[in-house]
Amino acid sequence: MNREQIVKELKDLFKEDIVDFFDKSEKRIYIEVKPESMLKVATHIFKTLKARFNIASGIDTRLDIEILYHFTVEDINLLISLRVKLPKKKSIEIDSLTPIMKGADWVEREIHELLGVKFTGHPNLKRLLLPDEWPKDSYPLRRDYKEWDKGAIRDRGV
Amino acid sequence: MKKTIVPIGPYHPLQEEPEFFTLTVEGEKITDIDVAVGYNHRGIEKLSEEKTFDQVPFVVERICGICSTSHPLAYVRAVEDIIPVTVPPRAQFIRTIIAEGERIHSHLLWLGLAGHFLGYNTVYMWAWKLREEILDAMEILSGNRNNYAMFKPGGVRRNIKKEDIPPVIKKIDSIISTLTMLKKAVVDDPVLHARTKGVGILKKEDAISYSALGPTARASGIRRDVRKDSPYEAYDKVEWQIITMQSGDVFDKLVVRVLEIFESIKIIKYCLQNLPDTEIDLNLEDIPPGEGIGHIEAPRGECFHYVRSDGTNRPIRHKVRAPTFMNLPTYKSTIVGQTISDATIILAAIDPCYCCTERIAVLNKKGKRIYSGEGLVRLSQEKTEKIRGQLQ
Repeated sequence: MNREQIVKELKDLFKEDIVDFFDKSEKRIYIEVKPESMLKVATHIFKTLKARFNIASGIDTRLDIEILYHFTVEDINLLISLRVKLPKKKSIEIDSLTPIMKGADWVEREIHELLGVKFTGHPNLKRLLLPDEWPKDSYPLRRDYKEWDKGAIRDRGV
Repeated sequence: MKKTIVPIGPYHPLQEEPEFFTLTVEGEKITDIDVAVGYNHRGIEKLSEEKTFDQVPFVVERICGICSTSHPLAYVRAVEDIIPVTVPPRAQFIRTIIAEGERIHSHLLWLGLAGHFLGYNTVYMWAWKLREEILDAMEILSGNRNNYAMFKPGGVRRNIKKEDIPPVIKKIDSIISTLTMLKKAVVDDPVLHARTKGVGILKKEDAISYSALGPTARASGIRRDVRKDSPYEAYDKVEWQIITMQSGDVFDKLVVRVLEIFESIKIIKYCLQNLPDTEIDLNLEDIPPGEGIGHIEAPRGECFHYVRSDGTNRPIRHKVRAPTFMNLPTYKSTIVGQTISDATIILAAIDPCYCCTERIAVLNKKGKRIYSGEGLVRLSQEKTEKIRGQLQ
């Protein structure tokens, strides 16, 4: 399949699920989908389009938590980024990708501890990088993160 | 059979960075592995939100001493993708030269360490001696043996002088004959075959599911290389080959790396001889709001950076994904079913960006048998000796 066919197929198949389709450049596409249909679209990209899962990156935009899942379709040199916006509620949840691709395991564990997103269906959602003594509800990449360790000397770059 | 838990760490048995493995063994056989990382978590992503776009390359350069080119290169490409711009041809060629120089010295470093841990200390000495020549060449080009500080958004920071090109080519040429000899000695050695073939196999379907990258994936028959699939800088202007092998064991990973060194030499020499005569910098001023992705082929696989700008002089989000992050979890499928004396080389085969020291303790439940890191290495070396004795 070439680029036009892939774009057309994605638009047709997931008409209901796509919130925003941004064709940034020849090599980059950003698709915003509804959180509940992320798993469906990601599975299609990974299994049918034979794309490689690069990484997921999370960001706190103050209004909501945004997660971008990056996939590369290497044969046609196209990077597809799936964007989901999760409203900031008490418990932020999204489906886990780990059951369909093992590579998502650590990625989701990292986002879980740094941004506090719960991945439902993840087999082993424990901490990856943060030390054991880190408080339970303190997420360092959130905008409202407050230094909890009074004794810590951290250079804030000022 | 009784199960025994073998803790390895928090230092890697081969290289010198902390991580913690929990091996579950039945007799000599490994039945499960759990990896704990994070002992060296420095919060670089958070830190780089507090630096300006021009300062971040210096931060990400220090993520790793060996990959000190890959991270800045991926980062500056991500920033250029926001605008988007293409850097002048001379800057593209210089970036390619530096990136390939890093690949050579990184692969040689790994080859030496792998040799040492299999009990081939001659390979270790030779490989690291060759690596010195490359580091000297890089010093001529960039002024530094490591952490070259060559990249900035929009170009490179330092030009290559005309009179520097012949000595660099001479240095690079000087390693070819020794490297060919080393390649023959390593690839044709029957003991090494017995020791590494069929050990730590990563199957193709597992490599896809784990999204394995770089030499680790290419040794399993996946013909993927960012330099070919998504050509950046000067890689589409040079002729070179992707090296792939089929079986995915330790031996194939070794062969892929050795052969890649020759391809890198080819690329560097071509780029040095055909350096275009243009500007080296676009002198970018403002970075507009938006988001960009830079992904490049580091020595260990694809290095991926995502940068988002809100129009100020600092990124509001900078995501760094090093190749080892995706390669490390493949241990789960490579090490299970292998013996404990093969553990060191399997754990090393993906060329993890971690290091190691002697602080390893191997004990059974009663705590009777204790190995130090050296002990584990000795176990590996003794096995090689045994095979060598049987073959003679």
